[in-house]
Amino acid sequence: MGKSETSNKDSGKSESKVIVVTSGKGGVGKTTTSAAIGAELAQRGYKTVVVDFDIGLRNLDLIMGCERRVIYDFVNLIHGDANLSQTLIKDKRCENLFILPASQTRDKDALTTEGVEKVLNELRQEFQFIVCDSPAGIERGALMALYFADEAVIVTNPEVSSVRDSDRIIGVLNSRSRKSEQNQEMKKHLLITRYMLNRVQKGEMLSIEDVQDILAIPLLGVIPESTAVLNASNNGVPVTLDNQSDAKKAYQHAVSELLGVKKDDSNQGWASKLLGGLRLFSRSPA
Amino acid sequence: MQSDLCLLTETTPMFQLKGGLYTLSSIQLLGTQLALLDKQLDAKIEQAPKFFHNAPVVVDLQKINQPGTYLNFKQLKEILISKHLIPVGIKSGNADQQREAIACGLPILQEGPPKKSNAPEPANQSSTHSAKEEPNSSPSLETETDVQGSNTRVITEPVRSGQQIYARGGDLIVLGSVSQGSELLADGHIHVYGPLRGRALAGVTGDTHAQIFCQSLEAELISIAGHYKMSEDIEKIAWLIPVNISLDKGRLHIREL
Repeated sequence: MGKSETSNKDSGKSESKVIVVTSGKGGVGKTTTSAAIGAELAQRGYKTVVVDFDIGLRNLDLIMGCERRVIYDFVNLIHGDANLSQTLIKDKRCENLFILPASQTRDKDALTTEGVEKVLNELRQEFQFIVCDSPAGIERGALMALYFADEAVIVTNPEVSSVRDSDRIIGVLNSRSRKSEQNQEMKKHLLITRYMLNRVQKGEMLSIEDVQDILAIPLLGVIPESTAVLNASNNGVPVTLDNQSDAKKAYQHAVSELLGVKKDDSNQGWASKLLGGLRLFSRSPA
Repeated sequence: MQSDLCLLTETTPMFQLKGGLYTLSSIQLLGTQLALLDKQLDAKIEQAPKFFHNAPVVVDLQKINQPGTYLNFKQLKEILISKHLIPVGIKSGNADQQREAIACGLPILQEGPPKKSNAPEPANQSSTHSAKEEPNSSPSLETETDVQGSNTRVITEPVRSGQQIYARGGDLIVLGSVSQGSELLADGHIHVYGPLRGRALAGVTGDTHAQIFCQSLEAELISIAGHYKMSEDIEKIAWLIPVNISLDKGRLHIREL
């Protein structure tokens, strides 16, 4: 697997980053987010791979539209049945974007700490961003996905059970990750998804402040409930590679926040108006 | 939570130390005539055989620990085991008795810090809450205070859902929020400088003078020395305000701060 032809930001000098996208609760938007963030990073010039850790219930390949090109998967790679270049799938739309699919026929017990570490270390040689799409829960699959992460994006819906599960997974990140074992701080980001302003105003849905008050981690962004998400997944296109939409804009803002750059946005969209209004770019310490 | 990661490297941990509290019955010996003890135990066990079957028991030597009182531990152990009682340790023995006990494989058990004004317990049953501490392996979670002789634990980060913190032999202070679904336990007081949304159990080893303090009462459950209230009842008295909770004559008092 040769280096990408397009110019990578920082020309490969910067250290690679492993970012886990996790939540605790299922169905809140982890895979959508992993694909969207991964694709956006790739579009900005970073060589990025999105890894599906949901062994047995894989979805990432569907969301990214490469389900028919899966020959080898993560488990094959760990067992040595195939090498990295045989297993990785290159996205047809975006130069810097790659996918490491999960196995559908096995389950999470097929993952071993040693095996995962070996694969991630190999990926670190090639990629600037490794986005790990975690399965739901707090057992083996989720633990594997978060164990080696440098940073975490905690995807949360503004409703009580999702918030409590996110709180739980934050506790797990603080105690069951390698960084915590080495007494290092893991940067955690809160991403609120499926947000509906009118329901918040009616008091039917938790507000951004409510969620922040309970979870006490810096806010990465707020993704509105959007028809664009279902359309994108039906078409097998990450939201950020699809047509312009409110969700796409919001994910783009979130990635800017993740990279620590202020996105120049003269035509303020829904998301940035909301974010600006709530002074969310001044992130409070955890 | 059991670790279910596959263990393949030399540095993979094989054990972790955990605290635990267990309810144990004690047999307080009133004399050293073991033959008589044997017969009397039989009679007692007959009254409730299932209760005693394979029961772990602590041998309390408080009444026979005058220096020079000799007790044949080996024989005692045999007697107990023959009746399917499992001696797990001794307490309140004198130095010689302790030495002998250890030689027979019986550890010395200490009770918690002396309780000040508790009524004398009748049947020597130390009832304690069973509490398991989840390993908080990230030390950034708390800073140990260096106060001499103090067992106070100070937690500096929010307590997340699913975490249990137990301050053994002292107070617990949390600088931050306590999430729903988490548990704070302390032998002494509990102070939360933030919203208390989880469960708080103070005085878990029986100290009725333990108190709970928090900046916003939103707790699922509060308890002092086993006397508890759940959120439905707490809400009727005080909610979302700073409070001090204490126990008086067996009833919980919630006072606005």
